[in-house]
Amino acid sequence: MATVKVLRHLGVDVAFPEDQTCCGQIGFNGGYRPEAADVARHFIETFEGYQHIVAPSGSCASMIKVYYAELFADDSEMLGRAKAVGAKTYELTDFIVNVLGVTEVGGTSAGLVTYHDACHLLRELGIAKEPRTLIEGVRGVEIQEMEKSDACCGFGGLFSVKFPEISTAMLDDKLQNVADTGASCVVANDCGCLMHMRGAMRRAGSPVRAQHIAELLAEGLD
Amino acid sequence: MPQVKTDQFKSASVKALHDANIQRALGAPFAHFVDGRKSAIEADYTEESWDSMRERAAAIKAQTIERLDYYLDLVDRNVRRNGGHVHFANDSAHANQIVLDIAKQHDVKTVIKSKSMVSEEMGINEVLEQNGIEPVETDLGEYIIQLAKETPFHLIAPAVHKTKEQVSELFEKFLKSAPTADIERLCVIARDKLREQFAKADMGISGANFIVAETGTVVLVTNEGNGRMTTSAPRVHVAISGMEKLLPAIEDVGLFLRLLARSATGQRITSYNSFISGPRAGSDEDGPEEFHLILVDNGRLELLKDEVLREALSCIRCGACLNHCPVYRKVGGHAYGWVYPGPIGAIVSPVLTGLKQAKDLPYASTLCGACRDVCPVGIDLPKLLLHLRHKIVADGAGVWAERLAVRRWHNAMKTRQKLEGSVRLSRLLLKPIARGGYVKRMRAPVVGGWTKGRDFPVPAAKSFARIWADELGGGRS
Repeated sequence: MATVKVLRHLGVDVAFPEDQTCCGQIGFNGGYRPEAADVARHFIETFEGYQHIVAPSGSCASMIKVYYAELFADDSEMLGRAKAVGAKTYELTDFIVNVLGVTEVGGTSAGLVTYHDACHLLRELGIAKEPRTLIEGVRGVEIQEMEKSDACCGFGGLFSVKFPEISTAMLDDKLQNVADTGASCVVANDCGCLMHMRGAMRRAGSPVRAQHIAELLAEGLD
Repeated sequence: MPQVKTDQFKSASVKALHDANIQRALGAPFAHFVDGRKSAIEADYTEESWDSMRERAAAIKAQTIERLDYYLDLVDRNVRRNGGHVHFANDSAHANQIVLDIAKQHDVKTVIKSKSMVSEEMGINEVLEQNGIEPVETDLGEYIIQLAKETPFHLIAPAVHKTKEQVSELFEKFLKSAPTADIERLCVIARDKLREQFAKADMGISGANFIVAETGTVVLVTNEGNGRMTTSAPRVHVAISGMEKLLPAIEDVGLFLRLLARSATGQRITSYNSFISGPRAGSDEDGPEEFHLILVDNGRLELLKDEVLREALSCIRCGACLNHCPVYRKVGGHAYGWVYPGPIGAIVSPVLTGLKQAKDLPYASTLCGACRDVCPVGIDLPKLLLHLRHKIVADGAGVWAERLAVRRWHNAMKTRQKLEGSVRLSRLLLKPIARGGYVKRMRAPVVGGWTKGRDFPVPAAKSFARIWADELGGGRS
């Protein structure tokens, strides 16, 4: 909802293709390529008619932009379509800053926040500056960098349930680094990391919130 | 070959998480590796950028691997021309037999070794002992773990998990030295013992960091000088190497030495760089009378056969991927259950020791990509891990419950209606056991692990698709 609000505020004509489901990353990362290819094909069919495709989550965007090419490496017809879809797919902050050319969305919030670099967003898509620029553009918000903002939170999809002890040990480090900043909120742009951090912060009764960047950007917009 | 325990990753990793010494070792020393590498790269004085060096190295390695047969033949001819002997070994047992035959021929009683990961694959120390030959590791870390009868914890810092107190205990037990927590004193104790060994050893066994095809030269880097002693003091020198460690020309070595030192230890250059081209010759005053090079396959051809996994043969064993891996940094080296730990181990071990047994290893990664970022030869480790996962599933070796879960996911993602139905079902199941929208404990296959340490959110009553249709002007485009 926040993503729609932000994009509409910036004058974007937003559509939500109602038959959409998933990009296929769950199956692909698990090693289930035929299943992932099915789901990815459905994604491509659903979305290829649009001008731009915006995903408010880094790892979904990287699946489409980076890994579809590998998934369809042996299927030249689908490969072409996958590459075309990949080329016009953007993660939300990438789209706002680099396609729309906007650095200040116009919202207002309050408080000290810290930003977590989601792995795929950072290392597959190379996006680190854009979200920070947009956060700094929110009136009333100050950003405090944490130690190792680029360290993995330990989610890793299947990894989080297959190796819960390692996953939560990594998460503990991440949340300690968040806490050390004194920020009241950790902002990220990947639904996996957010669910992961939220789940542990809730368990621990932490006062810190984990917020999707779109939610922060949408605050104070009419 | 040392016992393969790759199937015990889960239990071993949990054990490591609770081992205070391991957790301490994984802290400061590794921060030192990471920071050292970073500052060495940033402070570089060369005109060539790091990325350009990496790309060149990756290209040289890829080209060498593509034409491995040609370069192996070239090495064979050039080592022989230099007066050395070359042996090709299919597997560990074969390589061990070659070493034993050479030892027998020269009536070898004691062997000194400088660090060699391939010899760890072979488990050669045990084999030598069984044949009445005393092997002594001369790299300090390797020496410590040899006394402790362990496998290396790390590619270049094999004993980093040992405290000085533990080292003192080992020395007390095996070298009868007085207990001390003084690190310098411990070094002196080891040095005195190793000097004796250097003086009396009949054979030196080394690894090879690089082998130059056009000159038949083994390049060896160490920081302790033990490599040089091992390869020059004894009568016989046997270098053992994986058959992938070739570089085409002597001009290539400089680039790789720069990449290796910076990536491994944050040095601009390793302290001792030895170039060994054959035995003592002509007017040489020292050096071995005989030089042997053993090139070991031991599963590498399996890597070579696979067009994706082949990339792993470019590895120069610097350890940077371990140092930067958030999983390795939690569980350490032994959890991986064989000689090679960390991300590169999770790729190499399954192929070299059996995919089925090691099927957890390629999954022991969040695919965060930190390893790929730091690899000096540009190996796309996440891609290789994903490829192995695909192979595991395609071979039918996947976990049954996961297969079932993926099948359900696959079915649910076919249409929006099915997806909504599946989300409604999970809401129905979770809501009765939830409090404040979150579940504290789920008893379910595969996803049940989530609630070990994290609450799980109950899906919202109204899906985004419904909100879109009802409130956000759905259908508008």
